[in-house]
Amino acid sequence: MSVLTVREKLAILSDAAKYDASCASSGSVKKDSLKSGGIGSTEGMGICHSYAPDGRCISLLKILLTNFCIYDCSYCINRSSSNVRRARFSIDEVVKLTMDFYRRNYIEGLFLSSGVIRSPDETMGEMVEVARRLRLEEKFSGYIHLKTIPESSAELVEKAGLYADRLSINVELPTDEGVKKLAPEKKPETIRLSMARLRQKMEEKAEPTLRTKKRERFAPGGQATQMIVGADETSDDGILHTSARLYGSYHLRRVYYSAFSPIPDSSSSLPLQKPPLMREHRLYQADWLVRFYGFSQPEILEGSEDGMLDLAIDPKLAWALRNRGQFPVDINRADREALLRVPGLGTKVVAKILETRRHRRMRLEDVGRICHSIAMLRPFIIAEGWSPGAATDKTGLRDTIVRSCEQLSLF
Amino acid sequence: MQPAELNLVRYKVLLESETDFAGWRDAARRLALNEVRPEDVSWHVAAGADRTQRDLPAPPADAQLVVPRDFIGHAETALCHSDPTRFAFLYRMLWRLRTEPKLLSIASDPDTRRLEAMEKAVRRDSHKMHAFVRFRKIGDGAEERYVAWFEPDHFIVERNADFFVRRFTGMRWTILTPYACADWNGERLAIGPGAAKGDAPTEDDIEALWRTYFENIFNPARLKVKAMRKEMPKKYWRNLPEASLIPELIAGADKAAKEMIARMPTTPAPHHAKVQAKYWPKHEPTQMPEDDAASSISELREAAKGCRRCQLWRDATQTVFGEGPDNAKVIFVGEQPGDQEDLAGKPFVGPAGKVFDAILDDAGVDRQKVYVTNAVKHFKFEPRGKRRIHSKPNAGEVQACRWWIDREFALIKPDLAVALGATAALSLLGKAIAVTKMRGQVIEREDGLRVFITIHPSFILRIHEPADKEAERERFLRDMREVKRLMAA
Repeated sequence: MSVLTVREKLAILSDAAKYDASCASSGSVKKDSLKSGGIGSTEGMGICHSYAPDGRCISLLKILLTNFCIYDCSYCINRSSSNVRRARFSIDEVVKLTMDFYRRNYIEGLFLSSGVIRSPDETMGEMVEVARRLRLEEKFSGYIHLKTIPESSAELVEKAGLYADRLSINVELPTDEGVKKLAPEKKPETIRLSMARLRQKMEEKAEPTLRTKKRERFAPGGQATQMIVGADETSDDGILHTSARLYGSYHLRRVYYSAFSPIPDSSSSLPLQKPPLMREHRLYQADWLVRFYGFSQPEILEGSEDGMLDLAIDPKLAWALRNRGQFPVDINRADREALLRVPGLGTKVVAKILETRRHRRMRLEDVGRICHSIAMLRPFIIAEGWSPGAATDKTGLRDTIVRSCEQLSLF
Repeated sequence: MQPAELNLVRYKVLLESETDFAGWRDAARRLALNEVRPEDVSWHVAAGADRTQRDLPAPPADAQLVVPRDFIGHAETALCHSDPTRFAFLYRMLWRLRTEPKLLSIASDPDTRRLEAMEKAVRRDSHKMHAFVRFRKIGDGAEERYVAWFEPDHFIVERNADFFVRRFTGMRWTILTPYACADWNGERLAIGPGAAKGDAPTEDDIEALWRTYFENIFNPARLKVKAMRKEMPKKYWRNLPEASLIPELIAGADKAAKEMIARMPTTPAPHHAKVQAKYWPKHEPTQMPEDDAASSISELREAAKGCRRCQLWRDATQTVFGEGPDNAKVIFVGEQPGDQEDLAGKPFVGPAGKVFDAILDDAGVDRQKVYVTNAVKHFKFEPRGKRRIHSKPNAGEVQACRWWIDREFALIKPDLAVALGATAALSLLGKAIAVTKMRGQVIEREDGLRVFITIHPSFILRIHEPADKEAERERFLRDMREVKRLMAA
């Protein structure tokens, strides 16, 4: 095999990494280089340095250390039976590439993952070494996200947590049955145990040590995971149930949903179709409702027939239409919890309503000035001088709203 | 009213620069304290303007201007907006705030909305500057420097320079913009006059790698051009080395995606068979282990790992099996593992376990010599955000798990069982009993096993009133002393 240039390797190993949805550089502790005189900072809010035409943000240098892999997961471009071109970065190459990109302000940091070669510990060890060198030799204070290999040893995971801002382990698919079918060598039990250990480690390190009274650093950006959507038969309700379990059990910062994308040299056991992007989007919206809007997971699809999110309307509107008895909500009197359930009102707008109504009673047009579209809101609220009357219970309400929202987006 | 003055501006304020907040603040203060109406002032930027504002009236002695504290922060941000009327607008805001101190809280007021929109625009532009500045390297070794050309919409170089200092402390860099430049020499930040695009370097070798990355991280099957342009508007493209690739990527996307879908799955790669043979010698058929065959507790524990006798394994992390010596004289049976036990894979390690340990210790019972287990071996819970709310196992789940409890008892053959709470009693006796009534009693089962009934230690944790809590702890301690006596008997 001819020797590949760094550029050729980069092409192969970024192409191999693009099916991982996560790219966030947020949620870590604040750090900068003022004291160290080095390079890099994280300031809480992530920064997207570019956008690819797929609309996804490019925040981190997202690459694999190698795409050689002993696993044969049918949804993965790097599975051992795939005919994709293989490459392997050296540790030096990844460190240099990261620093070269960072110094030019192309990226917030590195998201390093890898195919598993020989043994989980050997692969994980190399990934940790990249992070160690960046931190200690390059005085790099930017963001580092390491994908953790579930089977790797506790010492390596401890070191990974010392250098990385975030660690993640992919659950891959929403059910254990799905994993067994599509990723036969992967063990869902081991994945769960690894996530449990990460949570334990994070909690342990959050306590000040007895001797130094300081907190030791361990992945301040927490842990995350990814689930592939649409490669197996799991319903949205089932997916959201799995997410709720993962958030509760392992205190994940994020669950990423990745619409199953056809891959070159695909396995015949998978659907060959365009990725279900809208479904992915609705799942994120539903995830948000549970995390920030006070919804419990079972509520989201309660009363739906097939356990699937409505693709045409957002899940909050769909919930409101199924629970019209809880509407209209009085903008001038309802509590925060009730306001958050009104379709079209986001957390920021709700905060503004709560503040403004302390000083004056709000009319429909006042609400209209601070929210995106009053059309969706109107049937669900009471305001000064406004009551929807029977509109809330009209049978054609869903279609009316869908049409008015479509018209809006034409302008 | 003096109609003759209406069209005449009485005061002309000269500000040093587009971002001269101190100058604006000083002038606004003087004018407002002298009751000068907004329509009587005009605002101008003139480089080298006289800071002393000689033409403006001095503030009356011991006069005070009271405005909400957070207005200053809002105004400082909004002042960086490129709108030439911003100085006058902010003075009008100040003017209104004297008589409407709550104005900033009224989100539906047009002026408040305008202020907010201006701040938002400045913040967004700042964020985009953090994101889209692209440095190019010039020189090597001691001469190495990084230079960027950036075109902000608003006057944000000064307020953003510190961000770049914090981030690129160990580099010498310069950011050139049309109205101002920021330069960091490794020790000191200097803000200078504007520059031209031609002053910036035109190339950098690393850009070829960056473009390679941009091309390959793009997934053509997910084309969403609108989403990209919303976050990375075209006006920024001319200064982004990767942006010139966008049109061809978009044009080729549909074809590339169709190819991905249409390309028939090929035969496995040549090395695949070798990898499979070496690392995954054979796919063992997943079967229920022969749990009946277990001849020791450790074998039984191993067999229980894959338990699928009820559905609780689906949401739990792992089976939490009993723990303790094979020849223990007594087995304590709890209800089910909790959050901590589920993570650790060991029974009685969470808050209730700690209470239990402490009381056993007080009672003189050596925990190392007793066997502790649960009626149900998987954690049953409802997720609520980042917490897991314990839910009580139902009779079917208790029944399913009897399979394990019975085998634990058969292998250990203890003299005594302690049922901690109602679920444990149900499991051990096969029927529901009132624990609070039966507490402290010993029930002999048909097979001769003596079962001591008491509460679950988590009950003590749920009591809020300290005196009641202490009393309950005492009662439980008495129960444990009784257990110790029964063990000896």
